[in-house]
Amino acid sequence: MRWIINLLTSSIGLKLVMSLTGLFLCTFLLAHLAGNLQLLYNDGGEAFNLYAKFMTGNPLIKFISYGLYTLILLHAVQGLVLASINKKSKGSKYAVSAKGNGSWASKNMALLGTLILFFLLIHMGDFWWAMKRNNLEYVTYDGVEVKNLYKKVQISFKEWYIVLAYMVGLFALALHLLHGFSSAFQTLGLRHKKYTPIIKGIGYIFSILIPIAFAIIPIAIFFSQN
Amino acid sequence: MKLKLQVWRQKNKNAKGSLKLYNVEADEHMSFLEMLDVLNEQLISDKSDPIAFDHDCREGICGSCSLVIDGRPHGPQQGTTTCQLHMRHYKDGDTITIEPYRAKAFPIVKDLVTQRTAYDKIIQAGGYVSVNTGQAVDGNAIPIEGGIAAKAFDAATCIGCGACAAACPNGSAMLFTSAKIAHLSLLPQGQIEHKSRVRKMVAQMDKEGFGMCSNVGACEVDCPKEISTDNIARLNREYLSASLGAED
Repeated sequence: MRWIINLLTSSIGLKLVMSLTGLFLCTFLLAHLAGNLQLLYNDGGEAFNLYAKFMTGNPLIKFISYGLYTLILLHAVQGLVLASINKKSKGSKYAVSAKGNGSWASKNMALLGTLILFFLLIHMGDFWWAMKRNNLEYVTYDGVEVKNLYKKVQISFKEWYIVLAYMVGLFALALHLLHGFSSAFQTLGLRHKKYTPIIKGIGYIFSILIPIAFAIIPIAIFFSQN
Repeated sequence: MKLKLQVWRQKNKNAKGSLKLYNVEADEHMSFLEMLDVLNEQLISDKSDPIAFDHDCREGICGSCSLVIDGRPHGPQQGTTTCQLHMRHYKDGDTITIEPYRAKAFPIVKDLVTQRTAYDKIIQAGGYVSVNTGQAVDGNAIPIEGGIAAKAFDAATCIGCGACAAACPNGSAMLFTSAKIAHLSLLPQGQIEHKSRVRKMVAQMDKEGFGMCSNVGACEVDCPKEISTDNIARLNREYLSASLGAED
């Protein structure tokens, strides 16, 4: 088993973990978005509440969700550790720094990641924790009692500062993805004259469309109530 | 032309350095290093300590000259070493800031001179062909496709100057190491040992204290030989497949 440790502690192996966990988190974003867009259905929250019940009750999904939390933590903690190692490897800074050598996002992935992590804490504290703590109201659909997470979402997104926090978090996510998406493929060594432009194109579309689609939810709910 | 130079002065490895201001009268036909030579002659005649900087061939091929000029290794001109940068790119009254390479694996020896043996150690770890290739054969005895030969040649133009690690915000040596890996593994003679080579060279690179590549791309912008980060993808690919496929 020594070889696994050697591989995963080498500079390229450490980056491999960042790349694979990052790409997995991208697929999570898609699934999470598809579920949450149900908040915009004009059905008083039935579809969303039933979905929330399914997501918290199904044992397989529960198992996957704990895997997801582990990978988020791994990506975040390892990312911060690598950023600090990299900073030490640079040693000192230049008195004059050149402009135009690499994008701002690519040089500030740790900062953007930290912003996203803070956003996640606010986000999970508001909804995930509320769901766990069992202090939500119940609604009944066809005789089945379901927690009314929809109402909790409506209440939260009535406040402008919560909507603003979401915008900041999603903007950081967009910048993080703008570098991270195609960078993950480069780390895996997947670079090709024909396919890399396609990967980069998909990366740009993904990084801009997904955060915008997420942002529509709090904005729409805010304006429907204010 | 009259220039103001802000030059990093540092007595030795452990001393604390700082930027010092100098005035120099330069000619537009001079190379950047000749301009520094003029300043040094001035300093010597003033009985002060001349500025230490590395240089050798002054033809852009040896990789000795370094310097970070206004924040960019080898200065502002694309695909050019410091020695090939000419003063005609500057105008009268300009202020130029000159600093040494900054990366933990390249400690400052004095003023603008850094110790770049870490790159030599990466080469020593496996950047060569050790199988017996016999007598020099006819140039066309081993057929190599044109495009592949060109890629190998592009990678082989790396002069090992260290600009990539100096430009990298992480002080990473990935562009250098990847160029050395690519130029050997693309060719039949280098292909033979490529799996053990890539693992040894990456292990040495990590040992030297270089940072990790975060795909910023600053290295390829400042590389005087315009080595592409395509090579870094190749290095990642080769390293991962060699590590996963090896029996140890």
